[in-house]
Amino acid sequence: MSEIAEKVKAIIIDKLGVEESEVTPEASFTNDLGADSLDTVELIMEFEKEFNVSIPDDQAENIATVGQAISYLEEHAK
Amino acid sequence: MELKRVVVTGLGALTPLGNNVAEYWNGLANGVSGAAPITRFDASKFKTQFACEVKGYVPENYFDRKEARKMDLFSQFAMVVADEAVQDANLVEGNYNPDRVGVIWGSGIGGLRTFQEECVNFANGDGTPRFNPFFIPKMIADISAGHISIKYGFRGPNFVTVSACASATNAIIDSFNYIRLGMADVVVTGGSEAAVTEAGIGGFNALKALSERNDSPETASRPFDKDRDGFVLGEGAGALILEEYEHAKARGAKIYAEVIGGGMSADAYHITAPHPDGLGALNVMKNVLRDANIKPEEVDYINVHGTSTPLGDISEVKAIETVFGDHAYKLNISSTKSMTGHLLGAAGAIEAIAAIMSIKNSLVPPTINHFTDDESFDNRLNFTFNKAQEREVRVALSNTFGFGGHNTSVLFRQFID
Repeated sequence: MSEIAEKVKAIIIDKLGVEESEVTPEASFTNDLGADSLDTVELIMEFEKEFNVSIPDDQAENIATVGQAISYLEEHAK
Repeated sequence: MELKRVVVTGLGALTPLGNNVAEYWNGLANGVSGAAPITRFDASKFKTQFACEVKGYVPENYFDRKEARKMDLFSQFAMVVADEAVQDANLVEGNYNPDRVGVIWGSGIGGLRTFQEECVNFANGDGTPRFNPFFIPKMIADISAGHISIKYGFRGPNFVTVSACASATNAIIDSFNYIRLGMADVVVTGGSEAAVTEAGIGGFNALKALSERNDSPETASRPFDKDRDGFVLGEGAGALILEEYEHAKARGAKIYAEVIGGGMSADAYHITAPHPDGLGALNVMKNVLRDANIKPEEVDYINVHGTSTPLGDISEVKAIETVFGDHAYKLNISSTKSMTGHLLGAAGAIEAIAAIMSIKNSLVPPTINHFTDDESFDNRLNFTFNKAQEREVRVALSNTFGFGGHNTSVLFRQFID
């Protein structure tokens, strides 16, 4: 697993208070990991801080699963 | 319309003296000080380096980690004491109508640490606004009442009162009024505060409001002592379940005491200094006696605001002497802030509990840390110095006054059917 993927998973585990085993690539933040809309906003913000990127709102809307977050950040992280 | 009777059927406390009502009362009865060096941050550069913190509080004992992270400490404190009070009152689904149960809470400041941390994070960044989405809903004072209602599904009146150090007493008075007017059957009321932060200590230090007796924290809060030098900041929470009497009786609830009056007034004088003759304090005590329709002679115990500031203690005592006349010498007077420190917006809640427990236990908790008489005070007054005094307390009065000149008083009476 890439370093980015490791960091993304760690942020999700920390912010959503879930077990590592639940954080699969297919897992949806809202449907599987118990996040509400504010949790999702917080996750995106944490990704921005950790990877020093700015994720526009229209692209943030397409990041709904663990896998989508990892691929977006692998592509855009500086 | 005929006003309904209002009784107290549950209590909860998280204080510098103990983390539930039994521990809190035990500390009060034994004259224990809750003051100690500050642990919540490095206070080594502050004029005041001690406070009355809640001890041994571990959020994970009460909340899952994700839940705790979304609540400022003042809201966590609110949830913990509300839970103790709801259980104590045996409010269980089916014995109340959730649409008729309110939550009216008090907090003078709200989420001060959250506010401080978010502003510091922004200031340390490059100007990009990365505020946490939970910043506002963690910080706003009213969220405490929101959290309590969400947990239990209490869908009656719900809000928070803000009147600095009078906040919780305003919440209790509002709750009393809503119930006696028939607008709610039960109200979870009280207050919480968690202001032992850099901004809290630094802000009150700048006002010269805090004691700076760093070499002896446990004797720093000394109301009515000649060498008092300011208040000691405290943190924590208190909760009371107020309930309409017939409702309480119908479900067989235990009754601690009856709430018989609430009084409010303003100094209209200065933002932080009390009126020198205690005009606001005098009016609020007259108001509460009138509201309860009792004579001054019926009061046995006054749990005073008594913060241990040079001016405040004098003006409150002047007011007591004016309102109570010769009966002032028959009263027990005490400032439990000598032990708990000053919990700001939660003070009225934990002091109401002290007043109620004095009625229940026929014991008046002391004003500890009395070393030297101050000639400003008539020595015929009984300040219950240093040691609790046994006494039947039929009626207890609790005063709290806040910056801004807000004054509140509430009267509790031994319950007689």
